[in-house]
Amino acid sequence: MKPAPFDYHRPRSLEEALVTLDRLGTTGTVMAGGQSLVPLMNRREVSPANIVDINFLVELSGITHEDRAVRVGALVRHAELERDAAVRRRNPLLAEAVPHIAHAAIRSRGTTVGSLVHADPTAEMPAVLVALGGSVELRSAAGGRTVPATEFFLGANRCCAAVGELAVAASFPVPPPRTGTAWLEVARQRGGRAVCGVAAVVTLDTGRRVERATATYAGVGATPVLVDLTEVMTGTRFDDLARWRAAADEGGSALAPADDLHASAGYRRHLARVLAERAGRLAAIRATGA
Amino acid sequence: MSEHEIELSVNGRRQVVRVPARRLLSDCLRHDLAFTSTHVGCEQGTCGACTVLVDGAPMRSCLLPAVTVDGCEITTAEGCRAPDGGLGRVQRALVRCQGVQCGFCTPGMVVSIVAFLRECPRPSPEQARDAVAGVLCRCTGYQDLVAAVLHAARPDGGASG
Ligand SMILES: Cc1cc2nc3c(=O)[nH]c(=O)nc-3n(C[C@H](O)[C@H](O)[C@H](O)COP(=O)(O)OP(=O)(O)OC[C@H]3O[C@@H](n4cnc5c(N)ncnc54)[C@H](O)[C@@H]3O)c2cc1C
Ligand code: FES
Ligand code: FES
Repeated sequence: MKPAPFDYHRPRSLEEALVTLDRLGTTGTVMAGGQSLVPLMNRREVSPANIVDINFLVELSGITHEDRAVRVGALVRHAELERDAAVRRRNPLLAEAVPHIAHAAIRSRGTTVGSLVHADPTAEMPAVLVALGGSVELRSAAGGRTVPATEFFLGANRCCAAVGELAVAASFPVPPPRTGTAWLEVARQRGGRAVCGVAAVVTLDTGRRVERATATYAGVGATPVLVDLTEVMTGTRFDDLARWRAAADEGGSALAPADDLHASAGYRRHLARVLAERAGRLAAIRATGA
Repeated sequence: MSEHEIELSVNGRRQVVRVPARRLLSDCLRHDLAFTSTHVGCEQGTCGACTVLVDGAPMRSCLLPAVTVDGCEITTAEGCRAPDGGLGRVQRALVRCQGVQCGFCTPGMVVSIVAFLRECPRPSPEQARDAVAGVLCRCTGYQDLVAAVLHAARPDGGASG
């Protein structure tokens, strides 16, 4: 199907975009890559009266390598992150997760910040942002605020950006020293939505014992779920298989996935356990070289 | 509903066209500009038949209101011909390896493979599989498509054998 008729607005500066969004209020909808919005419009699940196209706002483009974070502007497409050699070096978790998003033709248009705002429970970027303790910068005609990942996601396809607020960038912190990360996911086909995905972040002490460990899950709740495994893992050797299994079991028992068309709750919980165990071990092994 | 005059370069030729905001690039190419190689299957971004190159990058034309690509260079399967007007390297490889059956997916395959080989000129079989996974083909079973990607990537451009 085709989208319902709408009026199209093309601001030429961030200021103009914010004024336009303020004026349009609840009748205005931001369009970034359109890779989630346009399918909804084509199905007439949404019929926005006004589309505010941010694709011409050069101020929102570009990946900035700050001291402690990779800052991703609202116009950065998934494919730009995928190609950036410095992202692979400085933020391997982000680099490892991006190729799991859909197919090349979607990644070359869809934006990483748009994916955060869209807040699909199975999406990779929200889980990675939560796992790394990142944040999103919001701007409106009235001012700006920076929201930590743990407060940004409110529910399935719901984030805390209010009417008139534009997400201008997201910050993905660079992991600290002696920290390894891993993203593992199971999808029904290459490029398909994740049935379950897990981001592990593991920090070792100088004696290669676990100091801190977390697992962040996609696809098992309405928002990404971060489980702190530090208590189970602390002080154990990085390659203690039995302990990683125990930690993954503990992590899995904190989850309450739902049944749906793609998988039963039981299968999702099984995947969450297996993937967390493998991702935790892999992150720990990587941490020995980090 | 707003209307807009936009300028596109399609396969190297400048086109100025007036479209309502809701006109999808796929429909603009097919109905306004008669580039009918751009096939439309799902209008959901799933099937990939409508894939075209926008400033060189593969994109689903069914997920782009035409007005948002104002000023861009578009390449359709028609634009993937050889400079002499004959079939291009990827098109020849698809024919040779039996990668074309009903032809519905073919234009999306052609532009996707062209874009892929620019980024990855010497793909492994695994990478070649990934290159065609984004476009649904109900006919070939994909083996011949993978063979075509690898054939087109041969140093002689698949010119011989
Ligand atoms: C076939 C297909 C498969 C896909 N598979 C996956 C997958 O496996 N994993 C995955 O994570 N995603 C997947 N996606 C979605 C894709 O990653 C989208 O690109 C992404 O979710 C949204 O980014 P966008 O820039 O396209 O946003 P849009 O579609 O433009 O916008 C999405 C929503 O966010 C709002 N919005 C966007 N940007 C901003 C902003 N800067 N400020 C305020 N509001 C904003 C819009 O108003 C809209 O409500 C898939 C999409 C398709 C079509
Ligand atoms: S018609 Fe565009 S992806 Fe199917
Ligand atoms: S050749 Fe028929 S769909 Fe691919």
